[in-house]
This record gives sequence, structure tokens and C-alpha cells, in this order.
Amino acid sequence: MIQSSNGRVTTSANGASQPAAHQPERERTMAGKVITVTSGKGGVGKTTTTANLAVALAAGGHKVVCLDADIGLRNLDVVMGLENRIVYDLVDVVEGRARLRQAMIKDKRLPELYLIPAAQTRDKSAVSPSDMIKLCNDLRGEVDYILVDSPAGIERGFRNAVAPADQVLIVTNPEVSAVRDADRIVGLLEAEEKGPGHLIINRLKPEMVKRGDMLSTDDVLDILAIPLIGVVPEDEGILVSTNRGAPAAMDEKSRAGQAFRDIARRLRGEDVPFMPLDDNKGFWQKLAARFTRSG
Amino acid sequence: MSDTITIKGIREGLLVSVTDAGEWSEAARALLTRIDQTVEFFRGGRLALDVGARPIPAAELGRLRDLLSERGVSLSTVLSDSPLTTHAAQALGLKVALVAAAPPSIQARVDAETDPEEAREDAVLVRRTVRSGRSVRHTGHVVVLGDVNPGAEIVAGGDILVWGRLRGVAHAGAPATALPGAAADGDEAATVCALDLAPTQLRIARHIATSPARKGTPQPEMARVKDGRIVAERWSPKK
Repeated sequence: MIQSSNGRVTTSANGASQPAAHQPERERTMAGKVITVTSGKGGVGKTTTTANLAVALAAGGHKVVCLDADIGLRNLDVVMGLENRIVYDLVDVVEGRARLRQAMIKDKRLPELYLIPAAQTRDKSAVSPSDMIKLCNDLRGEVDYILVDSPAGIERGFRNAVAPADQVLIVTNPEVSAVRDADRIVGLLEAEEKGPGHLIINRLKPEMVKRGDMLSTDDVLDILAIPLIGVVPEDEGILVSTNRGAPAAMDEKSRAGQAFRDIARRLRGEDVPFMPLDDNKGFWQKLAARFTRSG
Repeated sequence: MSDTITIKGIREGLLVSVTDAGEWSEAARALLTRIDQTVEFFRGGRLALDVGARPIPAAELGRLRDLLSERGVSLSTVLSDSPLTTHAAQALGLKVALVAAAPPSIQARVDAETDPEEAREDAVLVRRTVRSGRSVRHTGHVVVLGDVNPGAEIVAGGDILVWGRLRGVAHAGAPATALPGAAADGDEAATVCALDLAPTQLRIARHIATSPARKGTPQPEMARVKDGRIVAERWSPKK
């Protein structure tokens, strides 16, 4: 379990944390780890997070495959800039029209990054949770990390995405409705014995938190009471990079990109200190000043 | 195999009983085999599953629900005498009682209602945070060791005690209209206590109140009905 060094990260306050997910019946030839990114609410940045973590892990020398489980509303291919190279998709593999390797689109910018896109012309019912478990088990032997981008919601698509997961990352924004939905997701994960999951707070605006106009990291953790693995500051550059199909984690200068690279290192088990965004205002102002200078 | 599973039609769909004492994994496999043999009969159906006294963890139930849904069958209800199974089913959002005919466990509680004191003795302890979307319903008292988050609800025929923060909806002394099996008019004497009493909405019997805006540090409070209104009072060691 990833813990931050500043002691802010705790398992749920009442000690109701669950052991990390374990699937004894799985065969493992290589230690390929399945990480599912989910949120409940839509539009909080699941796909952006998946793409950026994949890029950051691949840049760190790991072999990574992204799996878009949002069948019928695929986006990951666009965000990763691989849309025009799709020949086969996830449903083609599940239904036996394509081999796994044929559906893995290789990213040309990073040597060990692949995408298996979702089918756009089908819907969630085209794939079942056991299909996803089988597909991911086949991938485990091929790669180090399998990142699954979950659709919004708590229905079939969510269950498909979570079924194969060894670890679940829950993305939320510092706003009441997103946190409410994340709380629902944590409850469902606990019921499915997929652990409480790890939390990513996305699009935090330190200035707004300082004015008291936005939930702070502590406000969010207060409700959810699950381990925090990253806080990503609001960054206009994300929109630009998303539209360009070049995830921000590729850009050394991007603030959000740096936050995603930190999360990737924590996923690898490194102990990376959190940038104290909203807790230590003096520090943040200094940091902001530094960014203004360098930018 | 077929003698371990009985299937009958009920108002809400199909009631499948797998109540013998055998291994759950085998019973589940037998059930799926049975469904696979007559897919057309089951497809699109709603299933209520009576598993008897078997303790079944949530992950197992979730797996069965998924396997059923792959066969076009939706698992709506799980009936069980095992508290573990019942909690697992509730956690997955499944119903744990039939509307038409209450299962034996619930029926027993309704009968006990003839002696209200006895029914009020009955309490459940929830040893975890109750998160958004979850509902804990019980005709006796409910004790939560953890928080009740916004979007969650606790409905009790008796008192509600939250050793933590109460931020969802709490309904104590709920009448039978809100909680089948509870006393017809609810219980006006019921109380709601929490270390931090800040519910989205608080109901006692037929009274409804919302929390005033938070001021200062949270203190343990107890809410009760006084002169026809819900009032919350601080708990203090002297008294």
C-alpha cells in the first residue's frame, strides 16, 4: 500500500480498511499489474489520468498497455493521439476477430507504450466482467502495467473495468458532487473486496482553496478516508495537450504533468513527498512565484 | 443436482431456493448449469435467491450477480438467515426481503412487534463507515461504529447511535410506511445520537428537521422529539 511520508494518508478512520485485492486463482507468468482508474462522476479526468500515468510509467522504462473500457464512448485514443491508427479494438479481441497483439496500438513516441481502444459502435454489454479478467490475465504475461480506463457510472461498464483490477485509483475533483460519487465508488469497491482504492484529487486550485471557495485536500480526505496517492493542480495546459493528443506527462514543464509523474513513481512503490499545495500557503506562494519566473 | 435447487414463480419473478447445506461454489455452479440448460426460460427474468443459512461473502455474491447478468438474468433479491450474506447483499444494493411475502427472519421480527419492548431490544452493529448510496434499515436499533457519509441513510424502528460523524440521512423511530415491519406510527421517543450530529436531514417518527449551519467544533449531541419538534442537545459529562 502506498503511503505518503507526511502522515496525512490514513486508511479509513474507523479501521475498516480492507486487505489489498488478491486473486489466488490467477496464473501469473510475469508480474503484470492491473490498475483501474475510475470515479463514479463523469468529467473529473479519468481518461486524462489514465493517459498521463501510462505515459509516465512508460517513460520510466516499463512496458505499459492502456485499455479503454468505455465501450461506445471511447476517448482514450483521442487523448493519446492514436485515433487514426485503430484497426482492431477490445471487442474484436473478446469476440475472437483479432488476436491481442493485433489490437495493441504501439505509441511511436515511447517504445513500450500500447493502447487497446474501445469499440465505438457497440455498448457496455458487448463485454462481460469475466471477459475483462481473461483479457487482462492474457496481458499480464506481456507487460508490466495494464491501465484500465473505466467509464463513468456504477453499472456494467464500471463492473467490467473493476473486475480485473489489482489496484483501483479513484479520481475526484475538489467539489461536493464529485466527492459524493467517489464515496459511492469506495463503498462499492469495499463490497466487491477490491480494497478501498487510492485517491487522486484532480484539478485543485490552491488559490481558491486559500480563499475558502474550494474543498481542500483535507476536506476531501475527511469524507472519503482512503489513502491519497496524488493531488493534481488545475492546469490549462491539460486541455491543450488533450486536444493535441500529447499527454502532459510528456512535457517536463507542465505542473499537472509533474503531479502525474509523481503519482506514477508512487505506483512503482517509491516514496515521493507530496507538494504541500494547500496546507502550507507560504510554500505554495514561493512555488507559484518560481513557476512564474521559469515560465 | 436438480433436487438441491427449487424454482418457483412469484410476483416479483422467480424464486430460486438453494437451501441445502452443501458447498456454495458447487451450489452456484449447479444453479448456473441449470440456467444454461434452459436459457430461454430464464432470459430477461428477475431472480430472487434464497440461500438458507450459508454465509456468502460479497465478492462471491457479486461474481454470481455478474455471471447471471451475462446470461440475461438480473439478480434482484437475496434471502438468507446468515447476517454476513444479508450484509453482503445490502452492500451490493440487492434487496434482502420480498415485498409480497416476508422471509422467515423478517416475519419473526414482525411477530415480535406484538411485544414492542422485545422488538426494541434488537439492535444491529455496523462496524464500518456507511458510504454514499448505502442504506441500513432495521426494525430495532442501529449502532454505527464509523461515519455516516452524505448520501447514505440509516432507517431504524428504534434509536440510532453513531460513534462518528453523522452527515447522511437518519430516521429513528420510523413508522411502518417508511420501514415495513416497524410500529405503525413509529416511535416518538426514539433518539438519534452522534459524536458529530450534522445530518443532511433528521427524522424521528413523523417529524423532519434539517441541521442548522455548523458553528464551532463538533460536540456529541442527542436529538429527540420535544413538544412536537426535533431538538438536539449537547451531551455533557456533568448532569
